[in-house]
Amino acid sequence: VSVRYLSCGDTAFSVEFGNEVTPQINGRVMALHTAVGQARAEGGLAGLVETVPSMRALMVTYDPLATTRTELQPQIDALIARSSAAAPVSRKVRLPCCYDDPEFAPDLAEVAERTGKTPEQVIALHLASPFKVYLLGFMPGLPYTVGLDRSLYLPRRTQPRVRVPRSSVAIAMDQTTIYPFESPGGWHLIGRTPLWMFDKRREQPLLLAPGDSLAFERIDRATYDAIARRVEAGTLDWSELIEP
Amino acid sequence: MSAALKVVRAGLFDTVQDLGRIGYMALGMPTAGAMDRIGLALANALAGNPANTAGLEIGVMGPDLLIEADSVRIALAGPLSPALIEGDSPPKPLESDRSHLLKRGQILRVGMVEGSTTAYLAVAGGFALAPFMGSLSTYARAGIGGFEGRKLAADDVLPLRLEAAPAGDERKLGGPFDYGSGPIRVIWGPQDDYFSEAGRQTFVSSDYTVSKEADRMGIRFEGPTIEHSKGADIISDGIGPGAIQVPGAGLPIVLLGDRQTVGGYSKIATVASVDLPRLGRLLPGRTVRFTAIGVEEAESLRRDQEARLQRAIAGFQTARPAGGIDLARLYEENLIDGIVYEREAVT
Repeated sequence: VSVRYLSCGDTAFSVEFGNEVTPQINGRVMALHTAVGQARAEGGLAGLVETVPSMRALMVTYDPLATTRTELQPQIDALIARSSAAAPVSRKVRLPCCYDDPEFAPDLAEVAERTGKTPEQVIALHLASPFKVYLLGFMPGLPYTVGLDRSLYLPRRTQPRVRVPRSSVAIAMDQTTIYPFESPGGWHLIGRTPLWMFDKRREQPLLLAPGDSLAFERIDRATYDAIARRVEAGTLDWSELIEP
Repeated sequence: MSAALKVVRAGLFDTVQDLGRIGYMALGMPTAGAMDRIGLALANALAGNPANTAGLEIGVMGPDLLIEADSVRIALAGPLSPALIEGDSPPKPLESDRSHLLKRGQILRVGMVEGSTTAYLAVAGGFALAPFMGSLSTYARAGIGGFEGRKLAADDVLPLRLEAAPAGDERKLGGPFDYGSGPIRVIWGPQDDYFSEAGRQTFVSSDYTVSKEADRMGIRFEGPTIEHSKGADIISDGIGPGAIQVPGAGLPIVLLGDRQTVGGYSKIATVASVDLPRLGRLLPGRTVRFTAIGVEEAESLRRDQEARLQRAIAGFQTARPAGGIDLARLYEENLIDGIVYEREAVT
């Protein structure tokens, strides 16, 4: 495996596995992220602080008072040689989504029109897309999720919304995402999940992790409201949603 | 009655910060943490705390804090002109860069930060706040950490771990800590190859001015535009502390504690960690230059700076030298309230 090491100052460097977004390249990123975690659990890689996976690169941060780039890079090289074949274990997360309320899906009709489909076909294609979380970022818990059916590719909205409600399910380009907070956003809103991607009341506040497979499940408004009440009350057990 | 500091007048942007929320960037969680780790380290050491104790980062203007504890040791670090307010008397000036023993009913006016954007206040024993993901650093955008996930406001009551200040002398910094001067040192990359040779030259040979768009997330600079050769957009990747991204308009943005974890703009260079505390103190309108150094030199400069910091801490002076008289302390303890602590009387 040939990789490029890019400097990110004297506290980090980036290990770049390629310059395109493919499941193979992202798989290598996640394999190294996992291998670093294992090596640290076994007491190795002293001075390494954390690793940050993205689409095609893994950023490694370190404490220059405890190690150096020169010491750390060969150790990462050795891990790459050993880890590149190992496929990281992927969790499957079920995400209930209500597509049927116009308040939740203000862009569904436009997406259908621009892709030459009916709203029902758009929903069916979104449900059938094999989504995989490549990374969490931009804001805590926001998944960059690749795998959208090719026939639904659209650029971002030319006029971003100032306020996108929390838990909106949106699409743009080859991806889908779920907004963890109310925030500005330029993606097309086609539904809403009653789940929160980020729940600060929980000890582990993030529902998703890089590498997760996502399976959207269509729910009606009444089911949405019932689940939303459990989420508000903090009584929904996330393990109900996750298949190892 | 539990010990606390009550905000009787809010400052401008005062947040609880430690050295950052480490280990959760993979989940999209920014590290946050002190903008000037040296200032926090000095304040903590003056207060007798371990280095990673959370303190109050004073952003531009500090609060007035009413002491609701039998006694509390507070240390201030940075260019502040604090004052002590008691009853109807006029405020009495206090020194910064030292610790002070304060008592119930007194009000500490932290005041303005002068010639910098940040200063620090540490409390001996720390704040009795619950960490979030292992840290007390406030990340206001997500409403987490620190005091209710936000900057302090009037009437907030900050709970303290200790009911009374631990025994011991007050400490002060021997002389101002040298943060360094001259150009801000940077290391090329991760995407310096996205810029033309002319663009890289512009970056290291021009004056850049801190714009008004400067906060805990980053500093947007104004100056000559930097020419890309492969465009401003990249496939989003991780953003380290001090990364300098250059969006399409060609002006550099240095990303600091509250920065997003990943981003899609090319990053021409990264500020060397030795100079990050300087950036954390830069006022809008200040002009800087950038100069490029290598990774090994940057690591070595950082280790030298840490050694200097430890020497500064080892060289703290007792604010009441043995056999001498600390006028400031006498002033605070005798002249102001006319009572010498029992504890002090036996030492």
